[in-house]
Amino acid sequence: MAAPARSVAVPALSPKLLSVALLSVGLMLLLAYLVGFDQGAVSQSGMFLHELMHDGRHLLGVPCH
Amino acid sequence: MRTFGSLLVRGLIVGLFAGLLAGTFAYVTGEPRIDASIAIEEAGAHAHTHAHEEDHHEDPLVSRDGQRAGLFLATSLYGVALGGLFAVAFTLLRRKLRTGNDAYAALGLAAAGFVGIVVVPFLKYPPNPPAVGDPDTITRRTVTYLLTLVIGLLAVWAGVALSRWAARYGDVARLAGGVAGLVGTVVAAYLILPGINEVPESFPATLLWQFRFASLGTQATLWLLIGFGYAVAVDRRPIRSKVAAA
Ligand SMILES: [Zn+2]
Repeated sequence: MAAPARSVAVPALSPKLLSVALLSVGLMLLLAYLVGFDQGAVSQSGMFLHELMHDGRHLLGVPCH
Repeated sequence: MRTFGSLLVRGLIVGLFAGLLAGTFAYVTGEPRIDASIAIEEAGAHAHTHAHEEDHHEDPLVSRDGQRAGLFLATSLYGVALGGLFAVAFTLLRRKLRTGNDAYAALGLAAAGFVGIVVVPFLKYPPNPPAVGDPDTITRRTVTYLLTLVIGLLAVWAGVALSRWAARYGDVARLAGGVAGLVGTVVAAYLILPGINEVPESFPATLLWQFRFASLGTQATLWLLIGFGYAVAVDRRPIRSKVAAA
């Protein structure tokens, strides 16, 4: 077995990196919200998306109806 | 060195694949249990409406077949979201993880995420199949569920912090510190959080737990594949030396 690579593949922290990272977190949380919790308020699809992803929501462990 | 954009895109792609495969696992293990739960609910509803002569069944917004397909949409989108969050966490926490190996760092982070976001909430509020919950308590159940996510991540953090602090007293202390930090936080939180149990007495316990283990397995698949997938995706060695090392 080869020696583990002593490398750190991530860029150094900077204010710019932090702001882009924070923006990404916001977008990912919005996406997770649409799958797990939205009942039409954000998606504006009525209950369609909620019902479409109902089985997935239950199997992903999110509380639902 | 990888840029943040490249780290993020890798997370999104890994998350998409992990979500699709977790969806397949969920389809095979979970769908039969969901169908059985709905059948039980409908049998109950029929018994109720019998006296009213007609059946109050509304046409569903999405057919069962549609929901079965929607399962893959849900796990895929959820996988993408988790993969993206995972990539951000990897970027921000990588230097705090005490390993020189990026693949080990990814696996450790996935294990921490699985314990904090899946196992800890599961033990307090195990998921229920459709047709079991009371719609009136959905807000309360959502808030307590989100609380267990936060507590789960706090518990993992407390375990890591305590084990690092105790490491100066030896390996046994390091292990004991980690367990104490994790379990202590979880037990304290579980005593404070309200218990919620809306499963009717008449609901078959076997079916309930088959569903719950299908749900746990779905999420385990998701996190396992995110961890291993990201470990491979972030490795900067060329494929040939990866194979040679294996
Ligand atoms: Zn619902």
